[in-house]
Amino acid sequence: MSEMKPTKLWPIAIQWSAPRTVTAVVIIALLGVLPVIAGALESSYYVSFATRILIYALAAIGLNFILGFGGMVSLGHAMYVMLGAYAVAIPASHGVTSGFAHVALAVAVCIPLAAGLGAVALRTSGIAFIMITLAFAQMLFFGAVSLKDYGGDDGLTVAARSTLGGLDGFGLNLANNATLYYVAFVTVLVALYLSWRAVLSPFGLVLRATKSNARRATALGHPIFRYQLTAYVASAVVCAIAGVLLANLTLFASPAYGAWTLSGELIVIVILGGLGTVFGPVVGAIILLALEEALPMLIEATLPDYKSNWMLLLGLFIFFVALFLKRGVFGSLKR
Amino acid sequence: MSALVTHSLVKRFGGVLATDHVSLTVEPGELHAIIGPNGAGKSTLIGQLAGEIACDEGSVHVLGTDVTHMPTHKRAQLGLARTYQVTQLAKEFTALDNVLLAVNARSAHNFRFWGNAHNDATAMKKAATALATVGLSHLHHAEVGMLAHGEQRQLEIAMALATEPKLLLLDEPLAGMSQGESSAIITLLKSLKGRYPMLLVEHDMDAVFALADRVSVLVYGRIIATDTPGRIRENTEVRAAYLGDEV
Amino acid sequence: MTTQLALSQLLNGLQLGVLLFLLAAGLTLVFGIMSFVNLAHGSLYMLGAYFGAAAFANTDSFLLAIIAAVGGAGLVGLLLDRFALTKLYARDHLDQVLATFGLILFFNELIRIVWGPSSIFIQVPKALEDTVDIAGITYPSYRLAIIAVGLAVAFGLYVLIQKTRVGMLIRAGATNANMVAVLGVNIKWLNTLVFALGAALAGLAGVMAGPIVSVQPGMGEPVLILTLVVIIIGGLGSIRGAFFAALIVGVVDTLGRAFMPTIMRSLLERSTADAAGPALASMLIYLFMAVVLAVKPQGLFPANVAATR
Repeated sequence: MSEMKPTKLWPIAIQWSAPRTVTAVVIIALLGVLPVIAGALESSYYVSFATRILIYALAAIGLNFILGFGGMVSLGHAMYVMLGAYAVAIPASHGVTSGFAHVALAVAVCIPLAAGLGAVALRTSGIAFIMITLAFAQMLFFGAVSLKDYGGDDGLTVAARSTLGGLDGFGLNLANNATLYYVAFVTVLVALYLSWRAVLSPFGLVLRATKSNARRATALGHPIFRYQLTAYVASAVVCAIAGVLLANLTLFASPAYGAWTLSGELIVIVILGGLGTVFGPVVGAIILLALEEALPMLIEATLPDYKSNWMLLLGLFIFFVALFLKRGVFGSLKR
Repeated sequence: MSALVTHSLVKRFGGVLATDHVSLTVEPGELHAIIGPNGAGKSTLIGQLAGEIACDEGSVHVLGTDVTHMPTHKRAQLGLARTYQVTQLAKEFTALDNVLLAVNARSAHNFRFWGNAHNDATAMKKAATALATVGLSHLHHAEVGMLAHGEQRQLEIAMALATEPKLLLLDEPLAGMSQGESSAIITLLKSLKGRYPMLLVEHDMDAVFALADRVSVLVYGRIIATDTPGRIRENTEVRAAYLGDEV
Repeated sequence: MTTQLALSQLLNGLQLGVLLFLLAAGLTLVFGIMSFVNLAHGSLYMLGAYFGAAAFANTDSFLLAIIAAVGGAGLVGLLLDRFALTKLYARDHLDQVLATFGLILFFNELIRIVWGPSSIFIQVPKALEDTVDIAGITYPSYRLAIIAVGLAVAFGLYVLIQKTRVGMLIRAGATNANMVAVLGVNIKWLNTLVFALGAALAGLAGVMAGPIVSVQPGMGEPVLILTLVVIIIGGLGSIRGAFFAALIVGVVDTLGRAFMPTIMRSLLERSTADAAGPALASMLIYLFMAVVLAVKPQGLFPANVAATR
């Protein structure tokens, strides 16, 4: 195993032959060529499906930052995904179609909202924190449902994907499924890289310490509240951007994007992938979404009458993951 | 100026008076030990000094500043460092990272998201020095959860030292240690004597009488005597409180 | 906004409040004693409604429906505790959240398989079909009965917790579980008892709510979240807190939904008010929770938990 001196690009020496590195590199490579393969197989469905995986992975990367590294169990992070989706749908319904405007709006609304909600929630910890984040998500869910002018309970359709201003000239049009896929792919790569660096940084050291032993970090003199709040807001922004991409993929924004079930799915993804690993969320998203596709097909093949009840098995699966797969799939691989 | 002054500290838990008008000082360069039977309220007292427990009455001054209503991390930033009776370490971190965390607590530049924490040469050097002082250099890459109990206690002291403290609160640093481990710590504390004002809570009488400049005896939350170790040995009230056993 | 309307909405608020209390009492005890996050508590409420509906449909006796709901939910709680959850009590909250989230999905789907996805109908029992004249208004007897039963159960819980030996053990367990174990009490049985009791109470709430809400798969989760708000406001582990918080939440939520649109209309111009009114009404209780937390993070009536936990 060769030890490279850390370069400016890599914050640490990378063990290129370690199982984790190999797995991550292989998955990234496969994801990178997926649209090409799908194109050859003339199957655009898989590009959409893979885009959805990338979007969920992105949201999970955001959640993992505070959950896996900061120990903050937020059961309401889907509310920021929902926010991002509406940041596309609402302006679009008024004729504002620029993707840059959508992202800017999503971030501009997300930051103060997350700062406010996070500041209140972080006055508690443990069980109370979990419940409060769930309650706040429910609050925003009801807020979205009451948006009668913007679809309310039924949600709001988006006429067309976000436009990319001058970049259209370079052939970058999100209406093209492969383009949307690659935008999502690059966003995920950037998010992975940034979270990797953040985790290894001095900020990351304190954040990880608050998970390991918050009492100790405080006693040493670290004002842990501002670290936790900053991480919380950053993770919310990542989820909001995932929401922007999601609205583009489905051309739809709905309160359902902020439902507790989606928040729960994100937690499943983070844990399934590997809590406290940078790349885990990607693995978790792939596994969970693939499972959600495979289970109905499996039941259809064996007990076709119960095809629509596949979530029974999903529920059991999640229960057993919680009980037995603590470290996650990627997390169980050697560094 | 005293390093630590408490004035008539009171703490009640329901009907129990856990801290009964405790007034004590720690002078610069001195090692002031607190002894007392189990349940005397030693940890409660330390908790109020460190800021984890809010006192009901009284005041605490650290290096001249009134910290009575200050939160824990602000007291630490003033120079107060403590070790815990039950080790409080980041168990998933390496020993080095634990000490680095302590070093960084003094740094104004923690809100950096980019550089690797291990690339800060100054900080790493300070961490290495602190580890060397307690004799743990050979274990710096070990995951703390895997360390022996005695080594973890040593690490606690290293972390306290790494914060460049102006006052040390040591809560039973010898708790649960074997004879050999204890003497290593006692030697360490001896070497620190005079460099830092220290408040030492301990059960181990040999250690207390070897190290302390002054001893206070805490019984049922109240200080019944404060004096030099020799005179405390002779004090009849103290002997009665301990039933003549330990003193 | 007449006094009569206000009064009947106040009673509605009390009725919601006692139902929330039945749910909150069990949940807060489980939090306080076992430090266990049980998101599947709403599923027990749902099971109570369905067991009760099945019994009522088959026997035409609401009393039997209540017994079926309470006993059924309690039994499910007992089985869950014994066979599924014991390992989880020692685990961290994240694992518990994940596991009980899985259970929610499982139970919702199970209900769908047995009873189908659409909502089922439970009739108000004949004896309580009419209305009662109370304090100058006409109010449905059934809802009044819910309030009465809820208050009676609250009183029963008070007696149990404060005046019996079992209650003393529960209180001791809430303060210091280790100490109770050291005293020779079988902590496992105490945990099972608490969990099953909480499940039974949830079942009772479910069957009583049955005739006046929509009984369908997934009915438990919105109620669960509201219950969590009650517990946060009341203070984790505190039954007294759960009681007062439940009544407060029930009244605030009900009155808010009833009068917020009107209030908004008197403050803002019509179109904004019509948009903001319902929105604010449904979000009101969460904003209230946020305010309480900003001022008193440990809740309004925090239980005296030991410093070490």
